[in-house]
Amino acid sequence: MSDLKHVSSSPHIRHKTTTSHIMFMVIFSLMPATMFGIYNFGVSALMNIVVCVGLSVGSEFIYEKLMHKKVTVNDCSAALTGLLLALNLPPSATWWMSALGSVFAIIVVKQIFGGLGQNFMNPALAARCFLLISFTGRMTNFTYDGVSTATPLALLKSGESVNILDMVIGCTPGTIGETSAIALLAGASFLLIMGVIDLKIPASYILSFVAFITIFGGHGFDITYIVSHLAGGGLMLGAFFMATDYVTSPITAKGQIVFGILLGILTGIFRLFGGSAEGVSYAIIFCNMLVPLIERVTMPKPFGPDKKEVKANE
Amino acid sequence: MGLSTFKGGIHPNDGKNLSKDKPMKAIFPKGDLVYPLSQHIGVPAVPVVEKGQRVLEGQKIAEAAGFVSAPIYASVSGTVKAIEPRRVAVGDNVMSIVIENDGLYEAASYLKHKPYTELTKDEIRDIIKEAGIVGMGGAGFPTHVKLSPKEPNKIEYVIANCAECEPYLTSDYRRMLEEPEKLVEGLKIILQLFDNAQGILAVEDNKRDCIELLEKLTEKEKRITVKALKTKYPQGAERQLIFASTGRKINSKMLPADAGCVVNNVDTVVAVYHAVTEGKPLMHRIVTVTGNAVADPRNFIVRVGTDYAELIEEAGGFKKEPAKIISGGPMMGFGIFDLHIPVTKTSSALLCLTEDEVAKYEPTACINCGKCVEVCPGRVVPARLADYAQHSDRDKFLKNNGMECCECGCCSFICPAKRPLTQSIKSMRKMVLASRKK
Repeated sequence: MSDLKHVSSSPHIRHKTTTSHIMFMVIFSLMPATMFGIYNFGVSALMNIVVCVGLSVGSEFIYEKLMHKKVTVNDCSAALTGLLLALNLPPSATWWMSALGSVFAIIVVKQIFGGLGQNFMNPALAARCFLLISFTGRMTNFTYDGVSTATPLALLKSGESVNILDMVIGCTPGTIGETSAIALLAGASFLLIMGVIDLKIPASYILSFVAFITIFGGHGFDITYIVSHLAGGGLMLGAFFMATDYVTSPITAKGQIVFGILLGILTGIFRLFGGSAEGVSYAIIFCNMLVPLIERVTMPKPFGPDKKEVKANE
Repeated sequence: MGLSTFKGGIHPNDGKNLSKDKPMKAIFPKGDLVYPLSQHIGVPAVPVVEKGQRVLEGQKIAEAAGFVSAPIYASVSGTVKAIEPRRVAVGDNVMSIVIENDGLYEAASYLKHKPYTELTKDEIRDIIKEAGIVGMGGAGFPTHVKLSPKEPNKIEYVIANCAECEPYLTSDYRRMLEEPEKLVEGLKIILQLFDNAQGILAVEDNKRDCIELLEKLTEKEKRITVKALKTKYPQGAERQLIFASTGRKINSKMLPADAGCVVNNVDTVVAVYHAVTEGKPLMHRIVTVTGNAVADPRNFIVRVGTDYAELIEEAGGFKKEPAKIISGGPMMGFGIFDLHIPVTKTSSALLCLTEDEVAKYEPTACINCGKCVEVCPGRVVPARLADYAQHSDRDKFLKNNGMECCECGCCSFICPAKRPLTQSIKSMRKMVLASRKK
């Protein structure tokens, strides 16, 4: 009886895509934005990226070792968190800010809640907000070409004019990864084509945001105004790469659309009526916390006859 | 794509090329034949032979033990060697009749029936019941029960399930290609039971040659249409098939008859044909022996009771060491740990894979990606149901429609974290069903 074969419950075949494939594809899709950030902001951007990725992976490794858990750094999720955090930091952030943010993201937001799949907020954004509250001055000080300037969104808020072409290409001050709408869209199209993300969240987010600023922005349906709002700040990065984070977005299809609409409205409120010109990060982590509620009310109806049909038959 | 289908589903590598072009070949068993008394859903059959008794091919060896039950017939002539528990594909030991084959294939005299157009409805139902015909697609539900709904006049569609959506399987395909007239005649016999019904031959469009062949054959049949369905797993699942062919929806609590439908698998319809026109009980079925470990993948006409090991021998043995042997298809079949398992009325294939994909990947944490929700044809949330099942949270499992799962396996297949979702849900469903029976 030595020649017994494996048995297991059906199905006996599996799709080739694994969690680490998905994480790797997201990292790959962020490369255009990362490269552009380094080109745009120089060595300080590179330094921040290296510190964030290195320390995110490092702190996950050390935590899991200390807690005698299975080390899961191979799934690339910690590296992705680090990269996303770096792309959300201003290039002038100091190394210890990046380091603190990375450790906060991995240990406090992700591991303490149970590791991958258990965190209720996007770790990178939670860390960004943590830094934003703790070091407001440093986090909102944007230096571009050696001069401290305002971001296009801040200019827009104070009613000044902005150069749309620069914003779309990305030659503006801002956080490391958010400035180039083109680079972000290139990465996002890759994810859409590969089926890693779909349009439900980004499209409902962007459309509801556009609707909101058209109604409340005071400019009516002004294409220039709308495009500069879309290309400015963290909206593209947020809509395609952060809001679509699997763990912190609803699992149901309807829920994803509700989630996207809420994000659009909240971002609009924060940007137009809030104290800061930015609103994407806060909108996303706020909606992350609404996810269990959204899921509960958007559970799909199982396959079967509609209630009306059943009644008609009876 | 104008083809009818359902929402959800997956596109696994179909593996059908291995055995698709191999004609059906009848094989003669050499060793003992084993007939488990429970090859169908319902009450196990009761033996009507004794140890040492000589039986003929086509002789009844076990009698149906109730309405939802089916008799069993010897598929060879020989001597009853034992009536004892034997292991079957699902892993249980089931009381079985073992017959030593004398190699003479001496046949019992089969009843000659009138031409089927002259038979009454009840006569046809009785013939089908007596022939021991059960759903040969895999579930094994006694066919005469399916064909006896409460209100036969409300049946509007008789669907022949020719989808064969399960990867690697080509038994139904060969049957349709080589003996399409038997399928059409069988369907006509069933249609005779239902005055208000239309016949539908529902075929996945990866079998274009069958569609053309069947269309040509049914050109003059007013009551039969051929319906091409989109190639997608699980297109042949009963609820999905009914929806794709008629646009009607049923849930787990309903029977196809509640939507005016009766669904039968290709091989079952052909078995009805054999029983009614030739008086032959169910003794054979087509089994696809395939997989990349098999030297010469084939489609065999197999006598029920034949040992799986003999099928492998007929297919030239193994060319590579198999890592996993599956009775049935890769999505819903049963892993078996050795080859000494008998072919039953519901064994559609013997699949030998060189790689165990389940063991290759280790399950990791759920990342909430929602892919299982996207592919689920039952429109439930497998990731959540699996959690409830693992926590034995029966109430939440039921509240979130856990019983609507059809165990097709799409969620486990697609899951990037490689979690055994179907397995967890299946276990919970079994527990719930078992407690309801009490």
